[in-house]
Order: sequence, then structure tokens, then C-alpha cells
Amino acid sequence: MKYVDEFRTRELATTLARAIAREADTGRQYNLMEFCGGHTHAIFRYGVQDLMPENLKFVHGPGCPVCVLPIGRIDNAIQLAEARRVILCTYGDMLRVPASGRKSLLKAKASGADVRMVYSTRDALKIARDNPDREVVFFAIGFETTTPPTAVAIKQARAEGLKNFSVFCNHVLTPAAIQNILESPEVRDIGTVSIDGFLGPSHVSSIIGSQPYEFFAEEFQKPVVIAGFEPLDVMQSALMLIRQINEGRHEVENEYTRVVTREGNRKAQALVAEVLELRRAFEWRGLGLVPYSALQIKSAFADYDAERRFDLPAIQASDVKGCECPSILRGVKKPTDCKLFGTVCTPENPMGSCMVSSEGACAAYWSYGRMRAPDRVAVKVESVA
Amino acid sequence: MSAVIKRFPVRLDTRRGTVDMTHGSGGRAMAQLIEELFVRHLDNNLLRQGNDQAMFPVDAGRMVMSTDGHVISPVFFPGGNIGSLSVHGTVNDVAMSGAKPLYLSAAFILEEGFPLADLERVVMGMAKAASAAGVPVVTGDTKVVEKGKGDGVFITTTGVGVVPEGVNISGNRAQAGDAILVSGTLGDHGVAIMSSRENLEFETSIESDSAALHTLVADMVNAVADIHCLRDPTRGGLATTLNELAHQSGVGMTLNEDAIPVNPAVTAACELLGLDPLYVANEGKLICVCDPGDADRLLQVMRVHPLGRDAARIGEVVEDAHGFVTLDTSFGGSRVIDWLAGEQLPRIC
Repeated sequence: MKYVDEFRTRELATTLARAIAREADTGRQYNLMEFCGGHTHAIFRYGVQDLMPENLKFVHGPGCPVCVLPIGRIDNAIQLAEARRVILCTYGDMLRVPASGRKSLLKAKASGADVRMVYSTRDALKIARDNPDREVVFFAIGFETTTPPTAVAIKQARAEGLKNFSVFCNHVLTPAAIQNILESPEVRDIGTVSIDGFLGPSHVSSIIGSQPYEFFAEEFQKPVVIAGFEPLDVMQSALMLIRQINEGRHEVENEYTRVVTREGNRKAQALVAEVLELRRAFEWRGLGLVPYSALQIKSAFADYDAERRFDLPAIQASDVKGCECPSILRGVKKPTDCKLFGTVCTPENPMGSCMVSSEGACAAYWSYGRMRAPDRVAVKVESVA
Repeated sequence: MSAVIKRFPVRLDTRRGTVDMTHGSGGRAMAQLIEELFVRHLDNNLLRQGNDQAMFPVDAGRMVMSTDGHVISPVFFPGGNIGSLSVHGTVNDVAMSGAKPLYLSAAFILEEGFPLADLERVVMGMAKAASAAGVPVVTGDTKVVEKGKGDGVFITTTGVGVVPEGVNISGNRAQAGDAILVSGTLGDHGVAIMSSRENLEFETSIESDSAALHTLVADMVNAVADIHCLRDPTRGGLATTLNELAHQSGVGMTLNEDAIPVNPAVTAACELLGLDPLYVANEGKLICVCDPGDADRLLQVMRVHPLGRDAARIGEVVEDAHGFVTLDTSFGGSRVIDWLAGEQLPRIC
């Protein structure tokens, strides 16, 4: 397929693998954190780790949008879905994420709640138009990539005079999360996680640009390379990081130049700024309360804010006992370090959010990589009719 | 003046009429629906017997029987409808034993309000598929459920067939060293269905591959009687079916991504939706596991048949107590090909 195959060819992969092997200093370790779930997915799906030298490890970061949402917010979404007359719309991956009491939106749906999977905010608006006597709530999640479409939907709803549409806003911000990881004691003081550099977000950066990363590259002296989601992008970016590390540089470099600019998408930024504003703090699964790390709907658009329209209590819910998602999201632990991994927690029956999305580190390990540690994970014995 | 009184003075309104509860009540309305719609299109001698069962002679030997429920949404899709699919699905399940399918039964569950015009299209699709396959529907049943308790139409078909002497195909016969073949491109059916779902609506030229595979199987069995396993990779796609076989036979499998045939338009649609073609459903493809010495002969025979034109050898069976199916990626790495978990859902970003 044109414009895709070019970024997945074996010949270039082999060339890059050789270059990486040649330039990586055998006397040291390279721990590169890929922030985005999209990178995690690509690394596993294409077997990129197989092409890396022994002393280069990818550390999986918290950039999986469904993984970082705290359980309390999912509990809120289920409450909304179960409310009379409500149709709750959301993106597919969100449906299976476990909430309190082993519930999920999918289970709520099975018990009669009207939960619909949508591919875009336009679908949610259409559902609102088609069901004027119902309350349609869009459960908005994701990083900066999915934020502009939410802003557009709110503006569109106002322009059309749609009275039955609102948004449960859970959009979060990438730079705040990266900074939080770099400031965490594990990384700063104890040194349990040594991160030598970051593969920067690709789609997120197409919106916000590469400029926002410049502060912490400088402040924390960690190199960042904005990397595309194709496997060759990941390899090329790894090579660029190795060069920076070897030369003692800590700059923001952009590998994904075919999409990302320093300024980003100004139009999208302006749209978001018109409709949404910073929250003082937001809870992230794994990171806890992170200041100024999420967005909320501006009071000028309060009519479209589900949090004001419905009575939603703030819920403090804890993870399933033994679930290591919080540590895995910070790169402190690997999925195979979790006692639940592959025993009671599998993609069929996820206990933690990292096992749900194909961008989650646990699901990626389980689905694509567990042959590397076959004795660590139970062999599934299930029969299929 | 004619003295013949018509059994049903007013013809069934297959243009504007809809299914109602009387069509399942066992009374005159049901008799008329059966006669003017089902028997009219599916007509054959055994169905014409008009009994609650069909009677036919059988030869000595081994028979197979298989049943399959069809609940597809939408009912009509590019390349077929639930009627044709319900014939192909069961014919294929029977054929995957190496058997020659003989007869089908069909049970319809109709939802009150379902348009008779749509039902007629479905039954015509079924009749055309059965006639093309040479496997008649010889007995059936109709039930009607209240509005809101079904999804238009559900069809369950059952098929019987006879297995030729010397043929012994079973999911537990894959052994280390065996070759894995596939009869053509993967994912066409699933993508065709997704493209016609109300909440997606993308335009594609992809049609469902829904087809009856028994003549392809007959050619294969004629060429090589000792085929080890045959299975059609329907729900869950190639990945899930291979995991089933690996589990049943207690072996592992290694696939070569470069060798797996996928239509470029299917790759593109999957790329767009965040899906993996290896997990997308097929309704006219088969997977064959055979002795490596038989692989070339089988591929040759398959490629001559119109339904096996793109047949390819995609991997081999290996010893592995864990039963992993792994893939050597085109990119040069490797990964596990797991069972499908839940439904394949689109990725968010």
C-alpha cells in the first residue's frame, strides 16, 4: 500500500539496525522511553525490539489514553450511561476498561444501558440529532490528538442549537505527564528507572508541535526525538537518540518532519483554546494528581459540559489489589513483573487498564511478545466452538 | 366457470407487506408464506414432499453433520446477504471434513415488522446459493418473534454430507513439519461487512468472499487424500483459526508475513480502522495443513480452481508445548499471533 509500505520495508530496517548496532556504545545501556501507546504497539507488532542490540531497551510510557484514565472517571461514565434517557457515546477501546466492582461500559451496556461506540465526534452529533428526546453524552478521552475534534463538536452543537448534546471531558496533556515522570522520585533520586531519552509523541505533536518539549529537554537534560508511528520511524528515532546520548546532547529533534512542525497546527490549537481551558489538577492512573495536566470545558460553553449538566460525584477508586498498572505506566515495572499478568489478568478478562487497549503495555506484551518469556505466562487452555 | 377454489385468494404482498405474528402461528398465513415464498424459491423434490421432515436414501459409509446460526448485521452486504451466507457457512463447515455436502435444512426466526420484500430477497439469495452449490434446502421451519425481540431475520442452517473413503481430516492432526496453506486473500468478508455498517459507511470496492468451498475441497481431496486439517477461518480470522488448530493438535505454528495474501484494499481499510487483517472474518477461504511433501501438489490444484487462485503456502507447523502461533514479520522481527480477544475494536490514536 502506497505511503505505508515505504515505512515498513525490511531492507531499510536492516540498514538501520546495522547503523544502530554500529553506533550504540557496547559499554553502556540505552533506555529509551516511548511515551505513546502507538509506539508501543508498533514496536511489538513489527518486532522492532528483535532488531535492536542487547543494550537498547524500550521503556513503555504512559501514553495510552485509556490506560491513564483513573477508575473514578470511568465509574462516572457508567453512572451517566445508566441514567435515564442518556445515550453515552465513546471510542471503542474505552468500552472494556474495568471500573469499580468489576463493571465496565460493556457490562453496563449488557445490563441495558445505552452505550454506543463511535469513530468520531461527528457520529455522536448525528446520534444527538437523530434522538432529540434523549440526552446524548460524548465521553471524551485522549491526548491532544483527539481534543480538537471534541472542541469542534461542541462548537457545532452550539451552531446547530442542539440542546441534547454534552461532553464528559477527560482530555489530558502530554507535556505535563512527561514532566511528571521526570520529576518522580524513581527517576530523579532513587534511579530505579533510568531513562536516557524519549521518543516523543507523533500524532500529539502534529497538533502541539515540537516546541513544548524544549523546556524539559533542557531542564532535565534528556534528549527528545519526535517519532512517527511507523516501525522505520521508531528505528530512525532510536538512532537519533543514540547519537544525541553519545554526544552528550539533549535537544528536541524531529524525525517526523513529514507531519510535525515546531509550531504545530495553529488552527487546531486556536479551536481548543476557544472551547477548553486548563484544569488546575487532574488525576492520572499511575501518576496521581498532576497539576495543569488536563482540560475542561470553558464556562462560556457550560451548557455542553456533562459535568455541570449532570450531578457527577468525584469518586476515589483504587485499582484491583496486586495490579501493577500504576508502576507499569511510569516505566518502573514491566508487565511481566506483575503477579496478575497472564494469570488472572488477560485481554479477555482485564483487571487493569494496561491490559485493555492494544496500545497498553500489558496487552502488547501478552498479544505480541509473550513467546519471549513463555514460562512466565500461563498457556491458555480454552476451547472454541 | 372454473370450480377450483384458490387456496389463498389474495397473493402474499411481497412488495409492501411485512412479517406479522400470524406468519408464525401455524395457521393459514404461515402456510401461505411457506408456499408462496419459501417453497416457491427453494423448490426441489424433497421439499415438495411437504412433510415435517425430508426423507432420502443414504449410502453406506461415514456421514458428517454440521449446524450454523446466522445473525449478521446488516442483512444485505456487498457480495451477498444472510440467505446466501447461511448456505455457504454450513456447506463449508460440512466440506471442511472433506465430505461432499448433500442436503441442508433452514430454520428462520423472523422479527415482526420485517419487510416481506426483504425476506424474499434473502430467500432468493439462499435459493441461488443452494442451487449453485448443488446442495438443496430440503426441510425448514419458520418462527416469528415480537418486534424488538429479534434483529429482522436470523437463519440457522444444518447440513449433512458423506465423507469419501480414505479421507481423515481433523483439527488434531497437525504435526511438526507440516505445511500451512491458505486458499486466497484474507479479510475480504469482514471489511465488506464493516463498510456497510451504518456507523462506518466508507466506500470500498471490496466484496464479501462468501462462497461454497466444497468443490475446491473435492479437487484437493482427489489430489491428496491424506490432508491433515482443513478449516474455514470465519470469525476471528486466520489468527484465531490457527490458534484453534495449534491448541487442538498440541503444536506451535510459524507464519511468514510476506507470504500471507491480503487484498491491498483490505490492508488499506484495516489501516484506517486500526484493525489487523489476520483477525478479520472470511466466508470463502480455507486453511489447509498437510504433509510438506504434498504442499506443492495441493497448491497446484487449488490455483486451478476459481476459489483458490491466490492460494499460498504461509507457514509451517513446529513443535511447541506452549502452542504459540508466531509470525516472522515482513519488517524482520517476530511476534505472537494470539487468539482474538473480545471484538476487534478500533484504536483511538
